[in-house]
Amino acid sequence: MLFTDVCCVSQNSTILLPSINIKSLEGKTLNTKEFDNKGKPMVIAFWATWCKPCTKELNAISDVYEQWQKETKVKVIAISIDDARNSSKVAPYANGKDWPFEIYLDDNSDLKRALNVNSIPHTFLLNAKKEIVWQHASYLDGDEEELYEEIIKL
Amino acid sequence: MKKLLFGLLFCTELLLAQGTQKGQLSGNFESNSQIYFMDADIGIDSEDLPDERFLMNSFANFTYTTSNFSSGMRYEANQNSLLGFDKRQNGEGITYRYAQFNNQGLDITAGNFYEQFGCGMILRAYEERSLGHDNAFDGIRLKYSPFKGLYLKALIGKQRLFFDKGKGIVRGVDGEISLNEFFIALKEVKTQMLIGGSVVSKFQKDLDPIFILPENVASWAGRFHIHHGKWIVGAEYVHKYIDPSASNNFIYKEGQALLANVSYSKKGFGFSLAGKRIDNMSFNADRNLKGQEVSINYLPALTKQHAYTLATIYPYGTITNGEMGIQTELNYKIKKGGFIGGKYGMGILVNFSNAYSINKTQIDKDTAIGASGTMGYNSDFYKVGDEKYFQEFNIELSRKVNGNLKITGSYINTHYNSKIIVGYDYYGMIKANIIVLEAQYKLKPKHSIRTEIQHLSTKQHEGNWAMGLIEHTVSPNYFFAFQNLYNYGNQTKKNYYPNVSVGYTKRTMRFALGYGKQRQGIFCVGGVCRTVPKSNGISLNISSSF
Repeated sequence: MLFTDVCCVSQNSTILLPSINIKSLEGKTLNTKEFDNKGKPMVIAFWATWCKPCTKELNAISDVYEQWQKETKVKVIAISIDDARNSSKVAPYANGKDWPFEIYLDDNSDLKRALNVNSIPHTFLLNAKKEIVWQHASYLDGDEEELYEEIIKL
Repeated sequence: MKKLLFGLLFCTELLLAQGTQKGQLSGNFESNSQIYFMDADIGIDSEDLPDERFLMNSFANFTYTTSNFSSGMRYEANQNSLLGFDKRQNGEGITYRYAQFNNQGLDITAGNFYEQFGCGMILRAYEERSLGHDNAFDGIRLKYSPFKGLYLKALIGKQRLFFDKGKGIVRGVDGEISLNEFFIALKEVKTQMLIGGSVVSKFQKDLDPIFILPENVASWAGRFHIHHGKWIVGAEYVHKYIDPSASNNFIYKEGQALLANVSYSKKGFGFSLAGKRIDNMSFNADRNLKGQEVSINYLPALTKQHAYTLATIYPYGTITNGEMGIQTELNYKIKKGGFIGGKYGMGILVNFSNAYSINKTQIDKDTAIGASGTMGYNSDFYKVGDEKYFQEFNIELSRKVNGNLKITGSYINTHYNSKIIVGYDYYGMIKANIIVLEAQYKLKPKHSIRTEIQHLSTKQHEGNWAMGLIEHTVSPNYFFAFQNLYNYGNQTKKNYYPNVSVGYTKRTMRFALGYGKQRQGIFCVGGVCRTVPKSNGISLNISSSF
């Protein structure tokens, strides 16, 4: 127990994005290290086609995205944890909703696990150095405003 | 002692690493608990209550990472498991620990890991905590990517069986090539192509007194994925050699599975169509276990995964011994303007899915279909069987009425072969119609009210259900919800199932407290299901991550 306590002292306040392979909708494998927004903030949002609050959150961000981008140049990356049951429906779903986000598949939840996500929706905010500076579990109506306040701070 | 050693190892790594590079520690915690009460109205007397009266499932993960190294562990304490979870899950201890490092593209994991080859129909180790499912490997895994576009994996290990391990040893290799990235000549080609293949085998000693069983069972799979403009086409085929097991009643027949899909999508429009055929494809690391506890592969149910409560009463689970089915889905956004489009446009989602038995004929006139110790049956690959397992049609319309009000309406028609899917001999095919109306109203910034009215009507099984829900949310911290289910239109019981819940969220910390009654039902995610008994009680869920 003593050792664990010592360990915790050396914990950093910001967390770097872990290096995990995910898939693009074209089927290509890419590493999360390749996520880039030219020194501007990035938002990583976990979702699935069957998760109502997740799609609600992305719809809400989609509605204000143009304005967010104009003011902060933020990029939103939506990571779907749909597995083989639904993964082929992800592209038609996102396009059908006309979402302007970068979308990737994490079909065995490797990235979800590496980021210690308990359940979705779960949203991360990354600063220019790609450090996780803020995160939030679940989505309640209007939560995107809190996220935007955090983006502006960067 | 084991725990202390691990803690020591964990810290030594951390302290050593500090000299050269910055390491970081992260983790999460979750606990779900419930106190159970008697309830004469819904038929819970003292015998139905768990002896402990109070039950809890909980775990915590800790992960330590530097740029090339990571290690982690999970401690679980289920003292004892909530009702509806497998009793073998009772206990406490370290159920997951690993160390992983990456050296010039070679990624090595020792200890526990999750993995998936292709879409998982040949091999998938994953966790679904809500179901109590966790078939993680304990062994060694290598991943190597010598060039961009070529990905190789190899693994060997035993699978988790609650606080024990499955008997079989699983070995597997998988390769995938992204042709456009791998061949320079294809770099500029607009069509993106990807091919992959796997071989998986298991070993389990034959101790059977009657049959001579294969101790090594192999399987292979091939897949492709093509992306061209607005089109995506993909398929995977899996073949498994003779594998007599408790799941297939010890027949000496090879298994196969095919899953194919095509989709087309553009701005405001999406269409997808998928088809599958599964024949004798249960692939278990222990041939004597009938369930999916140490399943090597994952056979997805090709049906819509519903979120509304009454739409989850009759969920489909893949029939691994044989089924054929399709699913198609259409997403469309009607442009704003006019009566239908309104000021903001209207979303339409249509989904249709079905599943049938596969064609099965006798191998000879003296042998019954599926008789133990025989070749089982013959099956025409292209022929659909006579028995319908499942069919569902769903249409959902959603529309923003004004800046503050959103409404969604949903209709579902389900045919559910309860005899095959869940073994309700008495009810046979259950036919149900479900209607859902959802409205969300923004009272003022950050304050919203959401209501749901749902109705399920059926002449079979438990009869009709009605449900109402009202939820008040205050972003970013609070929610309050009340819901009530009413079961009627049957001979024996007319019952209410009220439930009230409150929640508090602060960033990644979440508390939810609930009090009320829970109906008995089947809860499924993907192809795996668990039965949740009826209950009355107080529940508390806490989760946090850092």
